[in-house]
Amino acid sequence: MASQIDQQQVKHVAELAKLEFNDAELAKFTPQLGSIIDMFEELQEQNTDGVDPMYSPTDRVNVMREDVAVKSNEREALLKNAPDTEGGLIKVPAIMDDESEDGE
Amino acid sequence: MKFNDTDLTQLHADLQAKKVSAKELTKAAFDRIKETDDDVKAFITLNEDEALKRAEAIDNEGIATDKLLAGVPLAVKDNIVTKGLKTTAASKMLENFTPIYNATVIEKLNDQDFINVGKTNLDEFAMGGSTENSAFFTTHNPWDLTRVPGGSSGGSAAAVAAGDVIGALGTDTGGSIRMPSSYNNVVGLKPTYGRVSRWGAIAFGSSFDQIGWITNSVKNNALLTQIISGQDDHDMTSSDRQVPNWAASLNENTNVKGLKIAVPKEYLDEGIQPGVRTVINKALKHFEELGAIIDTDVSMPHTKYGVPAYYILASSEASSNLQRYDGIRYGFRAPDAKTLEEVYVKSRTQGFGDEVKRRIMLGTFSLSAGFYDAYFNKAAKIRTLIAQDFANVLKDHDLIMGPTGANPAFEIGSEIADPKTMYMNDILTVPVNMAGLPAMSLPAGFDNGLPVGLHIIGKAFDEQTIYNAGYVFEQTTDFHKQTPKLGGQD
Amino acid sequence: MNFETTIGLEVHVELKTHSKIYSPTPVEFGDEPNANTNVIDWAYPGTLPTLNKGVVRDGIMAGLALHAQISKHMHFDRKNYFYPDNPKAYQVTQSETPIAHDGWIEIEVDGKKKKIGIKEMHIEEDAGKNTHTSNYSYVDLNRQGTPLIEIVSKPDIASPEEAVAYLEALRQRIQFTGISDVKMEEGSMRVDTNISIRPIGSDKFGTKTEMKNINSFNFVRKALNFEQQRHEKVIMSGGTIAQETRRFDEATGETISMRTKEGSDDYRYFPEPDIPPLEVSDEWIQEIQDAMPEMPGERRARYTNDLGLSAYDAMVLTQTKEMSDFFEATIALGADPKKAANYLMNDVNSYLNDKQVDLQDTKLTPANLAGMIKLIDDGTISSKMAKKVFKGILDGEEPAAYAEKNGLVQLSDPAKLQPIVDDVLANNQQSIEDYKNGKDRAVGFLVGQIMKQTRGKANPGVVNKLLMKALNEK
Repeated sequence: MASQIDQQQVKHVAELAKLEFNDAELAKFTPQLGSIIDMFEELQEQNTDGVDPMYSPTDRVNVMREDVAVKSNEREALLKNAPDTEGGLIKVPAIMDDESEDGE
Repeated sequence: MKFNDTDLTQLHADLQAKKVSAKELTKAAFDRIKETDDDVKAFITLNEDEALKRAEAIDNEGIATDKLLAGVPLAVKDNIVTKGLKTTAASKMLENFTPIYNATVIEKLNDQDFINVGKTNLDEFAMGGSTENSAFFTTHNPWDLTRVPGGSSGGSAAAVAAGDVIGALGTDTGGSIRMPSSYNNVVGLKPTYGRVSRWGAIAFGSSFDQIGWITNSVKNNALLTQIISGQDDHDMTSSDRQVPNWAASLNENTNVKGLKIAVPKEYLDEGIQPGVRTVINKALKHFEELGAIIDTDVSMPHTKYGVPAYYILASSEASSNLQRYDGIRYGFRAPDAKTLEEVYVKSRTQGFGDEVKRRIMLGTFSLSAGFYDAYFNKAAKIRTLIAQDFANVLKDHDLIMGPTGANPAFEIGSEIADPKTMYMNDILTVPVNMAGLPAMSLPAGFDNGLPVGLHIIGKAFDEQTIYNAGYVFEQTTDFHKQTPKLGGQD
Repeated sequence: MNFETTIGLEVHVELKTHSKIYSPTPVEFGDEPNANTNVIDWAYPGTLPTLNKGVVRDGIMAGLALHAQISKHMHFDRKNYFYPDNPKAYQVTQSETPIAHDGWIEIEVDGKKKKIGIKEMHIEEDAGKNTHTSNYSYVDLNRQGTPLIEIVSKPDIASPEEAVAYLEALRQRIQFTGISDVKMEEGSMRVDTNISIRPIGSDKFGTKTEMKNINSFNFVRKALNFEQQRHEKVIMSGGTIAQETRRFDEATGETISMRTKEGSDDYRYFPEPDIPPLEVSDEWIQEIQDAMPEMPGERRARYTNDLGLSAYDAMVLTQTKEMSDFFEATIALGADPKKAANYLMNDVNSYLNDKQVDLQDTKLTPANLAGMIKLIDDGTISSKMAKKVFKGILDGEEPAAYAEKNGLVQLSDPAKLQPIVDDVLANNQQSIEDYKNGKDRAVGFLVGQIMKQTRGKANPGVVNKLLMKALNEK
């Protein structure tokens, strides 16, 4: 079966995942991933028409907490674990684009 | 002192009667660890000073009747967060990470005044079946130091096999409790999904992960699992079902008469090593002699899709779960990162090992535009079919049995170069996590001196039947009494 | 060539719950950076979300307020992307199963009514906040996890004017549910737009351009107008519109293309395994429906039908929930509805416009406004005095005490007024003659004389009565 992934695709996926592979690693990873993805392809043999996907085996439904606020008082401990902070803020090298993602 | 044959109930009585103190026990645990761990390398972090201090305090307070674990030394897999005690997930990413909160299971054990001797080695972020993917070192199998202990909870299983502790916490996403238990001749149970809170277990595959115990006996396992089980407000997927006292019914009256055991033909097919098949067939015969009904005319036709479907789904969840390791709020930040993009890319590229990167890549790929339906969603549908396979069989059978692994522990370095072969090792364990069922690996015999585990799968939330069968088998065999030759004591 | 315009709007509304959507830390602003955060908000290893029931309830209420269908079965999804203010590197949102879908709201532009469809609504979490210096960015996670409702319109909006009318109507309805402040200037309402044009009659939509986080209705109108004309110009001159995100520059009133990284918008959505699915019961939906505050339309109908206000007055009074609530509280205290409406629409509104403040930021209370109206009604103060008393109640003064203290009380006691009337008549015989000869003007003159003697404090009604009686007896 033809491998489903080439070096170009591996590079693209690495970009999405914020990983980087040099040429030697790319040469090693690509066939490894390719052979595993070939194995993934075996699923296509199985007809799944009309089968509902299962995302979790949980037996729970409608689990919710009441809207009550709880202050954590963990601020100092949290900041202490951060690689770089200033004035109670987490510090990173400047964000270059001038717009936040649309998670907002 | 070795803890291989220590009974928890007896130990608790001895502690109460002051035949032994918590401090003596804790010292004994560390003595044993010092004796064995240069060879075995089960622990990433030892908690010696704190543990001894705690033991002394418990001795001073006195052993409470209702605290079965008071003063009992136990170990914790290093992907379960412990407040104030370094928790690494065996990753460079968290090499110097000290959590500021406790996992729910740790809180429950603390309520029992347990003694945490230390954090055990694992495959990085629990991804692997050998501990060879630990960023720090490989744990060695106490039965044969040239072999792997299995994974990912290899450190926990090796620590129990070496007699360091009665029990060690593990996590099981696709077999990570059961496989190393099989390789080390110890008892490991993955509870039903939702039985134990995942709060504080460093997430790998959120819809698969479950915390459980690796122990030296079935009854100890039942006692310990009961303590960590139950609904938790911190974990919305934790079940609100009542937690039974499983150990209460493990006694001389426990039997397997009339118990219906299914052995699907796919579980003993040609992929299983002959030596393993022999051990398992003998074990099944033993159950038959004890009065159980063995049904081998059973098929679970989608078993073969378990590995690919599992690796798509668990890796997809993992790729998302591990995005938080970005060098910004905690953990490793690449020292040479100058721009924000470099903080991300260099921290993750330098902080993660190869296997973690592979899974992240596979998961990211499976979810990416144009591939979601063919991979992620297809695998989620296969998951339904696999869960249905189990439901069909367990409708008219009490348990399903087979080998835990297709082979005993393999040599260190023999499979690491070929990830696909490594993944195929999980063919018998991953379907259980797909369906969220409880399952145990139980010492069942030896193949050329290497332990072989019997895999016992039960209905959801019916850990009791698994414990009953495991207990009867254990009490009528002596495989679990055999211990590895280590530390010059045997 | 004539074009028609298609506009889609995505509105994010911040909810006023006590705690965050997936963590129990408080939803509060203005505290020290990272004060309202915990291990969940920081995405610590091993943490898990817990879903706030209040957010689901508010989401259902918003759906009902926008005439939408509530999903009976829903789950949450992860949207994956890296950003410093996004600690998990995924946002927990809803993509496959929105909490509500297929709603509508009615707008009116140039006297023409039109229904704008709402495609779907999601509940989700807000991100933290980044601030920047030239070399560094700083992350405050206080806002991380604040609950949001995202409201996605159908492409039914055909002009920038309709877009603004839609936003106004949407803001008004959400505001009346009480689940959000919906203030653009404070970020509790945020608007993303997309716009395309096509030749009239064409059955294919044109290429759309997007603009995110425009921060006032006025700028939405300007930005969309600019884009509409830009699209026309480009197409008329033979060019093609690039599908892209653009930024509205408030200073120039123009939109500017933003460089976006190719392929960076593959969000790899998948169902969130840490949150079990929701099955919404009919009973719960009914319970929320029953608890739904009156919507502006219902209030307007009540104001015109029951209180006798004009349609225009009712419209002005229900423009904001604050104003409408204030009005209702004032008449509940016994004030005459028409007088209360007049004061709010004229004196109060011009004061608010003048000072550029919101009603809630003033010291004016319904009790004091109602108190002042009562003083007018019972003749204690004249409408002229009321102008002064009104200034007092704007400063939080109690009207009766304020009027007393400042001598703003009418002279209404006939026993005290009678001698003055008698005195003025005695000194103005000529006016009495004039009156008898049918010159009504004389009455006005006499009243004026009486007012002069009382320095304006005499109650004109009482004065009139006493004067007429005296004149007719002469």
